[in-house]
Amino acid sequence: MNSFWAVFKRELKSYFATPLAYVFLVIFLVAAGYLTFNLEKFFELRQADMQTFFVNLPWLMIFMVPATAMRLWAEERKVGSVELLCTLPITITQAVLGKFFAAWIFLGIALALTFPMVLTVAYLGNPDGGLIAAGYVGSFLMAGSFLAIGCFFSALSKNQVIAFVLSAVACAILAFAGRPSMLNYLSTFLPGGLVSAIGTMSLQEHFASLQRGVVRFKDLAYFVVLIVGWVAACTVVLDERKAS
Amino acid sequence: MIEVKELRRSFGPVVAVDGISFSVDKGQVLGLLGPNGAGKTTAMRMITCYIRPDSGTASVCGHDIRRDPIGVRRSLGYLAENSPAYGEMTVGGFLNFICDVRRIKGADRKKALDRVVPMCSIDSVYHQTIETLSKGYKRRVGLAQALIHDPQVLILDEPTDGLDPNQKHDVRQLITSMGKDKCIIISTHILEEVEAICSRTIIVARGKVLVDSTPKQLKEQHKVSLEEIFRKVTKMKKSA
Repeated sequence: MNSFWAVFKRELKSYFATPLAYVFLVIFLVAAGYLTFNLEKFFELRQADMQTFFVNLPWLMIFMVPATAMRLWAEERKVGSVELLCTLPITITQAVLGKFFAAWIFLGIALALTFPMVLTVAYLGNPDGGLIAAGYVGSFLMAGSFLAIGCFFSALSKNQVIAFVLSAVACAILAFAGRPSMLNYLSTFLPGGLVSAIGTMSLQEHFASLQRGVVRFKDLAYFVVLIVGWVAACTVVLDERKAS
Repeated sequence: MIEVKELRRSFGPVVAVDGISFSVDKGQVLGLLGPNGAGKTTAMRMITCYIRPDSGTASVCGHDIRRDPIGVRRSLGYLAENSPAYGEMTVGGFLNFICDVRRIKGADRKKALDRVVPMCSIDSVYHQTIETLSKGYKRRVGLAQALIHDPQVLILDEPTDGLDPNQKHDVRQLITSMGKDKCIIISTHILEEVEAICSRTIIVARGKVLVDSTPKQLKEQHKVSLEEIFRKVTKMKKSA
């Protein structure tokens, strides 16, 4: 077996060896349900689609994804097991990718467990399957982007709380800098070009277009660049700091 | 089998390892001796490719630590200080993970586990999670991890630190029995350990090699106990 798979397997198993996975899944699913049914009043809208579910997902993920990511490297460094991992015949890239993908798949499991929502919508009406699929793809990519950011800050700081706060703030900026209200405010003192640059760099626009069922190359490329960039930065930072 | 040339590494203004050179052959057990903060751990971390040297290099079984770190790590077993491991895993799960990474499969894996588990006497805790183990058992799990691929070169950072006298004795016997056909470096500041198991000893302080000799020779030369020699050598340099 490849070293990448060894790390991947160990990491994914470790989520379920502790209460972490179960606590995370329960809270994520309850919160996702609450936001959809209570905050967005799903039943009163009388629309058989998942708009109300996806629209609040960024809010939830800003907290939940950094909570998964914060332990990735901070814990290894604190406990010292990073010395074990980095003296096994493994490259640092394999180790970073193994852990990243394990966490991403874990978040994928959390998203997949929201399937009763799909069943509900299908039972109540005739939803557009493609729209729902695109929404899930967008959510999964958004989770991956937030995770890559969290992964980076987890490698930066040995302290899990610091890693959590920094990555939650970074995710929030990325997600909400592009909201119309924010862009309006920015346009009062920034030149127009800069404001639209911030708008396109923000995750909001790309996630929203996937939510509407439009799968454009530039949106997918945006997420891929985001993930690759932050994971690469994580590798560099970890290589520098693992022993300090 | 281990060739260290002018290794140097500093952390900010502190020079941890200041140009040390030595070589170790098969069948030798080298004791790296020195006071706390002498640079023993840093030197070992460079040889195992955990941290990069500022200058100088080393090679393990012909693999250069700068050019082929994966080759180096493949050919050696390393027990780091405090034997770090994944606390939530069981001993068996942990050793299987190490086998996964080291690509020991099928019948070979079974053979490796059957060899290493009784050797380190961890049969009784095989299904326990590592975080529930005592210090002695944790250390032995770390040792099992370092031995599972039957490496030619072993690097052990304070392997008996924190163990009770019986456990110390067991680990020393294990090292002596392996010493005949492997190349072993252990670091320690316990002097009787050096006398008991090492065929050669290097005394380092403030990042430099001060003495490179055998425990026997040292005692014959100075006609005093190893402890006195250690004090004399490491303190002499401080005042100079």
